[in-house]
Amino acid sequence: MQQQPKAQHAGPIAIGALAGLLVAVILVAILTGKYPVMPGDIFAVVVAKLSGGESGVAPTIETVIWNVRLPRVCAGILVGASLAAAGAVYQGLFRNPLVSPDILGVSAGASFGAVVGIFLSLSVLAIQGLAFAGGLAAVAIVYAIGSIVRERDPILVLVLAGVAIGALLGACVSLLKVLADPYNQLPAITFWLLGSLASINRADLGSILPAVLVALLPMVLLRWRMNLMTLDDEEARALGVETRWIRIVIVAAATLMTAAAVSTSGIIGWIGLLVPHVARMFVGPDFSRLLPTSMLIGAAYMVGVDTLARSIAAIEVPLGILAAAIGAPFFLYLLLTTRRGWQ
Amino acid sequence: MMLQATDLAFGYGRVKIGQGVTLSVDRGEVLCLLGPNGCGKTTLFKTLLGLLPRQGGHLELNGKDISTFSRAQFARHIAYVPQATGAYFPFSVFDVVLMGRASRIDTFASPTRADRAITQEALAALGIGHLATRPFTDISGGEKQMTLIARALAQEPELIVMDEPTASLDFGNQARVLSRISSFAGSGMAVVISTHDPSHAFACASRVALMQSGALVAIGKPADVLTPQLLRALYGVGVAVAYLEQAGRHVCTPTLNERNAP
Repeated sequence: MQQQPKAQHAGPIAIGALAGLLVAVILVAILTGKYPVMPGDIFAVVVAKLSGGESGVAPTIETVIWNVRLPRVCAGILVGASLAAAGAVYQGLFRNPLVSPDILGVSAGASFGAVVGIFLSLSVLAIQGLAFAGGLAAVAIVYAIGSIVRERDPILVLVLAGVAIGALLGACVSLLKVLADPYNQLPAITFWLLGSLASINRADLGSILPAVLVALLPMVLLRWRMNLMTLDDEEARALGVETRWIRIVIVAAATLMTAAAVSTSGIIGWIGLLVPHVARMFVGPDFSRLLPTSMLIGAAYMVGVDTLARSIAAIEVPLGILAAAIGAPFFLYLLLTTRRGWQ
Repeated sequence: MMLQATDLAFGYGRVKIGQGVTLSVDRGEVLCLLGPNGCGKTTLFKTLLGLLPRQGGHLELNGKDISTFSRAQFARHIAYVPQATGAYFPFSVFDVVLMGRASRIDTFASPTRADRAITQEALAALGIGHLATRPFTDISGGEKQMTLIARALAQEPELIVMDEPTASLDFGNQARVLSRISSFAGSGMAVVISTHDPSHAFACASRVALMQSGALVAIGKPADVLTPQLLRALYGVGVAVAYLEQAGRHVCTPTLNERNAP
């Protein structure tokens, strides 16, 4: 009866295909590693653990699957999906396809928190807590500055405040690196700033998952409103959208998600910038399709890159390096071959 | 009166742009605002739309102060067609027009089948049904203007405010937009537009207001207000106004030659 955009039909197919891709990447990730695991073992172990029965798999393999690889894969899914979702939200909110989740200083704040924690030789849990708090605090300060300055485009003020606070925190991080003990602390700081899932355990999952789910809820509920948030502020208000509080809710949600992700994984750049672009090429800019598509691609990319990170060399390659080394050429390829590259 | 402004003062923050503006618009009327660049037309429009807080005076919609309306309530009465919109993402024309339904869709809800049907009707009413699947970022300026007007129509408003709807359109598209404006008024809607061409006011306006330095210098029927004397005072150039029999209405044109100026 109605003529509707093509992407409307392309959406479910693309999302289904990407969900299939994610499952495949997860299986490869669990099968990859020093201890050989059979595909049947995974199923047996998961069923046994969930039902409390016996898996019949060798105890070493069972530990490798349940305590090592599965938590790491789950963390990869959560971190990748979170960064991609936050990136998709921010690119829409800031009406700019070059925006990443770091734009309001969440990564800079988290870095500063983590580096302070490492500098003071605190426990891993305290370092994660400081990173999380630092990320939230940085964005809160940026938002407070943004709401003091009225009478100007609120988006522009937020971005400029974010850049300034980010630079300030970056300077603090650099200062602490200079002051840090070069044999123990400095490598730890450098490693954290490049991101890794090597030290993930099941307890970490318990702390990321609730934050991610809480943050996801408003994004899902406001999925259609998010389309209107990509218009000029006055235009959206004239259409009947209370842009001010929707912006607060969305920024809070994206910040919570990103802070939860980077406080456990360290800084992993590039995913939040790249993935929403790729998702938009598949399903267009409508947020109700863009959000799930971005999250699926982000999760698959993160798990895939992490699997490479722990298997291509004798040592673990930091994720930040690998994510950019693979992502940037891929992005350039897309840019050169697709007409809608920027959008 | 549907929208009534009394002794309205407006501006940005502490900067006062205009004051003493008293005007009203009712169903079936087209009010056309004319004035030189920078006289405060856009600021006045944003104030009428509640997008900028007023600095003084009264502003009422259907007899109630506009500050008592939520954004969504307000948008169910009044739609805004901005000048060339900033489109940053390639939403389809259909999706852009669908956004006009926002004030009638709950904050946490998504458009229903009925919203899509109304969107389709708005596209058909503007004659752009064939553009539905095209990305808004790829269509021409005239098509964009038609899309934004369709979006305002999908809002099902009583009043449409259009900021220079004919600016940057070619000759044919200007005529098409003007005839739409007349047909909206014919169907009982109120329309407020600004324009730089007095002939456009003759073509579609039931009343004309002239604005200079933030104040209204004249308001009334087109034939009473759009006189060579008043237009010359407004724009500082000689203007000829004549009845053009073939068109069935008055047209204005600058004389370009001071000797012929009235």
